[in-house]
Amino acid sequence: MRERYEAVIGLEVHAQLLTRSKIFCGCSTRFGAPPNANTCPVCLALPGTLPVLNREVVSAAVRLGLAVGSTISRQSRFARKNYFYPDLPKGYQISQYEQPICLGGAVPVHLDGVARSFALTRIHMEEDAGKLIHQAGRGESLVDFNRTGVPLLEIVSEPDLRSSAEAGAYLKSLRGIVQYLGICDGNMEEGSFRCDANVSVRPVGATELGTKAELKNLNSFRNVQRAIDFEIERQIDVLLHGGAVVQETRLFDATTGATRSMRSKEEAHDYRYFPDPDLLPVTIDEAWIESLRESQPELPEARYRRFVEAYGLSAYDADVLTDSRELGDYFEACVSIHENPKRVANWVQTELLGYLNEGNRSIAESPISAANLAEMLNLLESGVISGKMAKTVFSEMAATGSAAKPIVDRIGTQLTDGDALSPIVCAVLDANPGQVEEFLAGKEKVIGFFVGQIMRQTKGRANPQLVNELLRVELARRKETT
Amino acid sequence: MIARGIKQLRRAFDEGETTPEALVDEALRRIESGDSELGAFLHLASEQARKRASDSTLRYRAGNARPLEGIPIALKDVICTAEMPTTCASRLLDGYRPPYSATVVERLEGAGAIIVGKVNNDEFAMGSSTENSGYQLTRNPWDPSRTPGGSSGGSAAAVAARFVPAALGTDTGGSIRQPASFCGIVGLKPTYGRVSRYGLVAYASSLDQIGPLASSAEDCAEILQIVAGGDPRDSTCVTHPVPSYLAELGQPLAGLRLGLPREYWGEGLAPDVASSARGALEVYRELGAELVELELPHTEYAVAAYYLVATAEASSNLARFDGVRYGVRKSAEGGSLLEMYKATRHDGFGSEVKRRIMLGTYALSAGYYDAYYLKALKVRSLIRDDFLRAFARCDAIVGPTMPDVAFPIGAYVDDPLQMYLTDIFTVTANLAGLPAISFPCGVGGGGLPVGLQLIAPAFAESLLLRAVHRYQQATDWHHRVPARYAE
Repeated sequence: MRERYEAVIGLEVHAQLLTRSKIFCGCSTRFGAPPNANTCPVCLALPGTLPVLNREVVSAAVRLGLAVGSTISRQSRFARKNYFYPDLPKGYQISQYEQPICLGGAVPVHLDGVARSFALTRIHMEEDAGKLIHQAGRGESLVDFNRTGVPLLEIVSEPDLRSSAEAGAYLKSLRGIVQYLGICDGNMEEGSFRCDANVSVRPVGATELGTKAELKNLNSFRNVQRAIDFEIERQIDVLLHGGAVVQETRLFDATTGATRSMRSKEEAHDYRYFPDPDLLPVTIDEAWIESLRESQPELPEARYRRFVEAYGLSAYDADVLTDSRELGDYFEACVSIHENPKRVANWVQTELLGYLNEGNRSIAESPISAANLAEMLNLLESGVISGKMAKTVFSEMAATGSAAKPIVDRIGTQLTDGDALSPIVCAVLDANPGQVEEFLAGKEKVIGFFVGQIMRQTKGRANPQLVNELLRVELARRKETT
Repeated sequence: MIARGIKQLRRAFDEGETTPEALVDEALRRIESGDSELGAFLHLASEQARKRASDSTLRYRAGNARPLEGIPIALKDVICTAEMPTTCASRLLDGYRPPYSATVVERLEGAGAIIVGKVNNDEFAMGSSTENSGYQLTRNPWDPSRTPGGSSGGSAAAVAARFVPAALGTDTGGSIRQPASFCGIVGLKPTYGRVSRYGLVAYASSLDQIGPLASSAEDCAEILQIVAGGDPRDSTCVTHPVPSYLAELGQPLAGLRLGLPREYWGEGLAPDVASSARGALEVYRELGAELVELELPHTEYAVAAYYLVATAEASSNLARFDGVRYGVRKSAEGGSLLEMYKATRHDGFGSEVKRRIMLGTYALSAGYYDAYYLKALKVRSLIRDDFLRAFARCDAIVGPTMPDVAFPIGAYVDDPLQMYLTDIFTVTANLAGLPAISFPCGVGGGGLPVGLQLIAPAFAESLLLRAVHRYQQATDWHHRVPARYAE
């Protein structure tokens, strides 16, 4: 029965921009300042003050529009969205309504190895609100206006997403784009990249949309997907029991994994949008657009294709390594020193990311620089150290931040001299006659024991392949002589 | 001394005939003795003014006086002043003191002017009689039983009573020109964007302009010269160069084409207003002007369009007065947020302000926006087009500022709509963003002043000031002072 329904999902993303100053005044946007330190008469909405548009915000919007192939409006307008709330000092939010800065466009995604794209409705500029700090037990709330007027881009998708997986892929790709552009840090947990989801369900094959619920409070990628999955099931349940979905706003509760009603359509605000008479229409000329187009960085999708084509990486590896601009940069910095891209890709993904994830650190916080990792791989490539030694050296580099060379200088290079290793091989065999007997009786696995012993005696420096060869030769010799 | 005009005052200071200290003393004396009856001032900054005046006196002695050095000026109380309260004549802002001064205040003070105090107005500049002040009535200096007009009634009354040589007012639908007309002085509403609105507490942002009120066009030119010009803090203020208004005042009017719109000269004019205004036309003809009859066909829709646009913007502009950050907060112990909003705004705003907020909220509501707000914007552009067509045939438009002389206090208390309708000749200039000036051109019933209005193309303030200046050189209506304030 449930398979007869499909979900229809549209996402509204609010990306907080990394401009130095606010959208309509000169106040700093720096996060973490003492409450109300980053405020002035304009962002506090003192009587008589007026907004003045920060051009950097327009640049950021145009750059995102260019990146996703939107039509850039040569003229757009700011509008007032009117509602009362203590964190909104003017009693209205300056946003865009009828004439947004970007129309259309699409976000490319990779889903199960298939390249697709999801259409956008619009991108518009607006200001963020402040924050209420509720004083528990005291029945009063304080307002921090530091965030008031911090610029946001609202990115609205078409209702073309059909599953939480698609929503997740879309969101991840969009975040990559804003991060590559350097206009937003994309941090969902800290709220600089926020997502609301509009979810409805309808019988498969229907063309009309079902009644939607707007989901809020989705503060991580995982929660976006959990909330959507829960909501789809909830709505299908309602329909299967002969009920009707009501249009409403629902809050996601991360502890229960459920959504619950926050306000119904009847309680929804009438925002009374109208063009803001304090701001002139925003006009953008060709020259400005061209100069922004020329300064665009390589975007995740292009880099992904280049990683596959130029470095011969698998789709999976390319996807992981282009996930963030910093990680891609790290990879490319390594490859410029160590010329085996696949080896770099493996080491970065398994060893480096494994290590960083354990400590919950980002690539920017890596104690091993790209150059140091590449030099280490060069030592591995040239046989100065073995693969096993490389892991030891890596661990020490991670712990100390040191380059590979001083570590190798201290612990010594790989032993690749057969004449030097042969006596050790013989000594180990001599010391373990029982195991030699087992081997000779056909228990081949015992060879691993001998390798281990030899490695212990050489402090891991012996070339494993050579040790293997020497062991087999010596054991074969002993078999003949018995 | 106050009645002399800014140029003569400056000369008197330069020549040592008097000093800014003496002049400010005179102004304060006149206010202290006359304002208890007139009710123009909400706040008198005597001490600061005297201190500034002594600085100005020193500057004249040192020979580094600035253009408005030592000239006392009053400010409408919707203009923010860091050193004085700014209440907008609203109880909600009782005692509010902004942490910054408006751009116009900075410019006036930078030019040496001395702000002597803040004057009364209709609450948040909403009204035509100054009766909507949350604090006090202001009376017409010519007849204390009548209103001075509004909303810049305090500014007009203070100038007409010769308390100060000049004042700043604001004009959203006629709020400078109408009180200037009722009080027998000159009031100029500049082109939208000519003067910065930064620090003007907004009533209707797309219509509001700050402008001067003074007894002569020349003094208006002196003030406009200082306050006009671009401001990076106001995006709607244009950087268009400011001409030398004073230098252009003396140019002759020969060949000036004055347009007489049929709609401004028809029925509904009080007979004495009509005859005074026609008398002024004769003077202009003698000065070399040519009279052209024309039409502004959408005038009849202007008042409706104005009250939709203005109240829509006001409903949003006044949302910030929520009791959270400033002003008088009213809330019951343990009450909800909504209760605080309601109590603060219920008690803080007067009935006219509440009426306009409700009208504007309605005009912007879902389902009504197209029928009201959007339609009003369309009318607005038709009115703009009317003027463009008219200015192809004339250089300025002339007509009475108001259909009648100042009305008695209380006349429209129960019928605000009738009061709205008297704005018919003034709101068009705001809707079209054009500069307009009102100046005295005669007396009507009861010896009350009659005002004539000129409207010019955008940024043609110079033409308006010159046209009025030449008229004032040929006549002396502007020298008339109400008997009880004549010394």
